[in-house]
Amino acid sequence: MKRIDAISMIARKAEEKNSLIVANIGYPSRELNDLKDRPGNFYMLGSMGLSSSIGLGLSLAVPERHVIAIDGDGSVLMNMGSLATIAHQNPENYLLVIIDNGTYGSTGDQPTATSLGTDLGAVAKGAGIDEVHTVDNEEDLEKMLKEVDRGVLVVRVDPGNASVPVICLSPEEIIERFMAESARPSE
Amino acid sequence: MDPSTSVFNGMRFAGIDLVVSVPCVNLKDILPMIDNDPNIIHVPVTREEEGVGICAGAYMGGKVPAMLMQNSGLGNSINALASLNKLFHIPLVLIMSHRGIEGETICAQVPMGQLTPSLLDSLDIPYVVPTIDNVEDAIIHAWNIAADKGRPVAVLLEIGFWEAE
Repeated sequence: MKRIDAISMIARKAEEKNSLIVANIGYPSRELNDLKDRPGNFYMLGSMGLSSSIGLGLSLAVPERHVIAIDGDGSVLMNMGSLATIAHQNPENYLLVIIDNGTYGSTGDQPTATSLGTDLGAVAKGAGIDEVHTVDNEEDLEKMLKEVDRGVLVVRVDPGNASVPVICLSPEEIIERFMAESARPSE
Repeated sequence: MDPSTSVFNGMRFAGIDLVVSVPCVNLKDILPMIDNDPNIIHVPVTREEEGVGICAGAYMGGKVPAMLMQNSGLGNSINALASLNKLFHIPLVLIMSHRGIEGETICAQVPMGQLTPSLLDSLDIPYVVPTIDNVEDAIIHAWNIAADKGRPVAVLLEIGFWEAE
């Protein structure tokens, strides 16, 4: 499975549940933007490592909305304390999807610790998150996305980025339309 | 009034309703006050940079966020304050215990303590240095400026602040 296939399935779930999405810096945001741009997508442009934290803050602020953060293995490794904070806040409306391709995909596929033995699902469990699942194929991902709305979902994919353009929205446009969308009540 | 209660009241009057915290000995009496306030969500974090991300997400969801921290954590937060808050014009109140200045007894606090004002200047983050008499207004003012300008604003609580009664 490629990352863009996983993101496509996550975007479909987000549409069905009217979820807000926080998308990680670099190719994950670009792939989501190319697949399915919507006001409820927040595209990070910097601040590597903080997708899971931004998603947590958002989920605590809007408990009536469902929130999905799409993060990467390299980014989660940079901010592993986030998993402990998510565990003790334990919001019911928050799903952190870690797309693990074992590399720093936006900078030339240098290996991350997950390709050298680190198991982020086990780390999330060890941090105290009770609902943690790991999948490595489309069928299992589809099933998990139907069943699971909170906790951590680790999705193992192959390295490599899709050929997608850079995001043409300005930071101001991204946040303005996102905040207008997050202020709307859930349908 | 004691310094901790004054800071807490300033936060309440400013409308702050989500606080992330990394403790400092000077902030320790404020944390239970926040925990006991049903109108404030308190998120203890593992590192200040993480707190910047949580506050940004909370702001995008309509909250008025603040971070309670020691000034050492400013160094842990710089990239996020620039490439998240500054880039997207996201406001935040940094309520910061300023160690490493006059009255400091721990030598390791001194380098960051001395660097803190110039780091804030470099980041284009305005700051106020209140006394116990004006700290409530200073925190209200800090949020108003932060929201108006779309940027972080810092409230530096110096060592002497905590000795006032």
